[in-house]
Amino acid sequence: MGKPAVELVDVVKRFGDVVAVNDVSLKVEDGEFFSLLGPSGCGKTTSLRMIAGLETATEGDILLRGETMLGIPPFKRPVNTVFQNYALFPHLNVERNVSFGLEMKKIPKEEIETRVVEALEMVRMPDMAKRRPNQLSGGQQQRIALARALVNRPEVLLLDEPLGALDLKLRKAMQIELKQLQEQVGITFIYVTHDQEEALTMSDRIAVMHDGNVLQIGSPEEIYEQPINRFVAGFIGETNFLEGTVNQINGKTIDVSLDEHTIVKAHSNSSAHKGQKVGVAIRPEKISLASTGMIQGQILEIIYIGTDTRYIIRLKDDTSVTVREQNLNRIQSNKYQRGDEVGMNWDPAHALVLTE
Amino acid sequence: MAIEPRTRRERLTLNILLSPTLFWLIFFFAIPLVIILILSFLDNSPNGRIVWNIQLDNYIRFADQLYIKIFIRSFFIALITTIICLLIGYPMAYWMANQSLKKRNTFLLLIMLPFWTNFVIRTYAWKMLLARQGQINQLLIALKIIDEDNVHTFLNTNAAVIMGLIYIWVVAMVLACFASISGLDRSLLEAAQDLFANPARTFLRVTLPLTLPGIVSGSILVFVPSFGAFVTPDMLGGGKADMIGNLISQQFGESLDWPFGSAISAILMIVMLFGTLLYFRGLRSGEAQS
Ligand SMILES: Nc1ncnc2c1ncn2[C@@H]1O[C@H](COP(=O)(O)OP(=O)(O)O)[C@@H](O)[C@H]1O
Ligand SMILES: [Mg+2]
Repeated sequence: MGKPAVELVDVVKRFGDVVAVNDVSLKVEDGEFFSLLGPSGCGKTTSLRMIAGLETATEGDILLRGETMLGIPPFKRPVNTVFQNYALFPHLNVERNVSFGLEMKKIPKEEIETRVVEALEMVRMPDMAKRRPNQLSGGQQQRIALARALVNRPEVLLLDEPLGALDLKLRKAMQIELKQLQEQVGITFIYVTHDQEEALTMSDRIAVMHDGNVLQIGSPEEIYEQPINRFVAGFIGETNFLEGTVNQINGKTIDVSLDEHTIVKAHSNSSAHKGQKVGVAIRPEKISLASTGMIQGQILEIIYIGTDTRYIIRLKDDTSVTVREQNLNRIQSNKYQRGDEVGMNWDPAHALVLTE
Repeated sequence: MAIEPRTRRERLTLNILLSPTLFWLIFFFAIPLVIILILSFLDNSPNGRIVWNIQLDNYIRFADQLYIKIFIRSFFIALITTIICLLIGYPMAYWMANQSLKKRNTFLLLIMLPFWTNFVIRTYAWKMLLARQGQINQLLIALKIIDEDNVHTFLNTNAAVIMGLIYIWVVAMVLACFASISGLDRSLLEAAQDLFANPARTFLRVTLPLTLPGIVSGSILVFVPSFGAFVTPDMLGGGKADMIGNLISQQFGESLDWPFGSAISAILMIVMLFGTLLYFRGLRSGEAQS
């Protein structure tokens, strides 16, 4: 593997007293679909803008293919951006919007024409060349913004919540289309989103951000199955947290006591020590219901959602646990009644001990 | 957005609400306009009495070399005034639009401050500054740039009139451009930079075309009153740089020839109306090409 397409080294960005990005380091490999995922205000847009050159890092270095981008203005960087609000030029038609970057690069006219046609075909908008942006729907504008960036064949394409303004159905369809497009053109994508499902669906790797920090970088599976802390576990998907104290350590398996009578088995990557207060994180779909189990509770609510049934179960200490069971056959939906006492079990490998 | 009156009641309310405006327009705009148009076709007796004799003599009379010269001079004075106002006003508005909100408001206030003084008084101040014994010549003498026997004649030149007009009207240009520039979506400028346009090209390809409406309205706001100006050329031109406005005011004043004055007014109005329409059409076709 060659030099990473993009590398951030100890990057800090402050706006006055506000620390928007706090000491971020990451590497994005060539051809990768890399997502920056985190709640609103965590510094995703600022990070992306620093890569584009629209914002200057307060500290640290940003490298493109191993070359520093410090002091290089945005118009000299081989990256293009799909802006959150699309930022299409209202005074130019679709064709002239798409050709803008190529014209600035002084590409010969004939080549511009063929590349614009190609780009519009790529985003499935071949007949829209003469329209003005204000004559297009949100979804169409989004495609033109994508074509306008891709037509330049940038080394890296930066996308800032490009699907944020679309309705759910269109968004789902575009997620798949974008992913396919990225594989087809082979350009490195850095994709900003606050939607964890979107990030999981599309990305090769995800960086989870919170308050200006990158908490964890990994494949969707790693992020989902092995979150390193409570924030990541809670932000990506749904998680039950059980509070307890480390009772016994047997290699990777740890016994955690929730109270005097209840001990649950879990798994740890980090170095938990005996007597430490920890959280046991476990996904709703990893818990199975039986008449008795590692923990006991009373069914508070049964919610049927088609493919699954969700059970909200109250434990003795009043914390509630969500359990999700797939509806494999019809009868299963009335296996339990509200108010029933049930036990819950899981494979210790699926319960994670989180120390922070 | 147009208001669509739906019921008869709403229509009535709307009419009542609009009636003062309508009254104002009819009474102070449409009626005088009609009077001027009618007057322009009437005859004039030597003692200044209007004679009901419909003919075209007033318009034919205007085709005299003397009047055409004044007309052309007025046109060029207004044109130069507009161009210089644009060259000063646009950069100033651009700079202001890029300041913080607080600074912007301060500058807007400062720019409008001179409006609080009557413009005849302000023009009179210029008359004093530009006079042969005025402060500007005195300053030049003090700085030993010129000597006392060789003072400049600033007053009563085309340049003095243009300067006076710029001084009065540049504010209109700044405000019109400012409205347009401050409404510009900044993300478009970032998009242009992201698409390899350097600052100069970003300005030419994005900022300028998108702020053209401000330039257009600013230019009209400066050109139209400059073309018809009469106080400024009267005070700073001193009869040597007469403009069409002076000619009109003469006809209504000393010459007591209202029909001829009306004919000149009508010509001025028609020329400006068509000029503006052509200007807009030219812009629109230019835009369609881009
Ligand atoms: N130009 C700016 N001036 C001051 N603060 C800013 C500016 N841009 C972003 N911020 C602040 O930086 C933080 C991160 O913002 P941003 O990168 O836009 O977050 P995200 O895209 O993840 O929602 C926020 O607290 C935001 O208020
Ligand atoms: Mg953002």
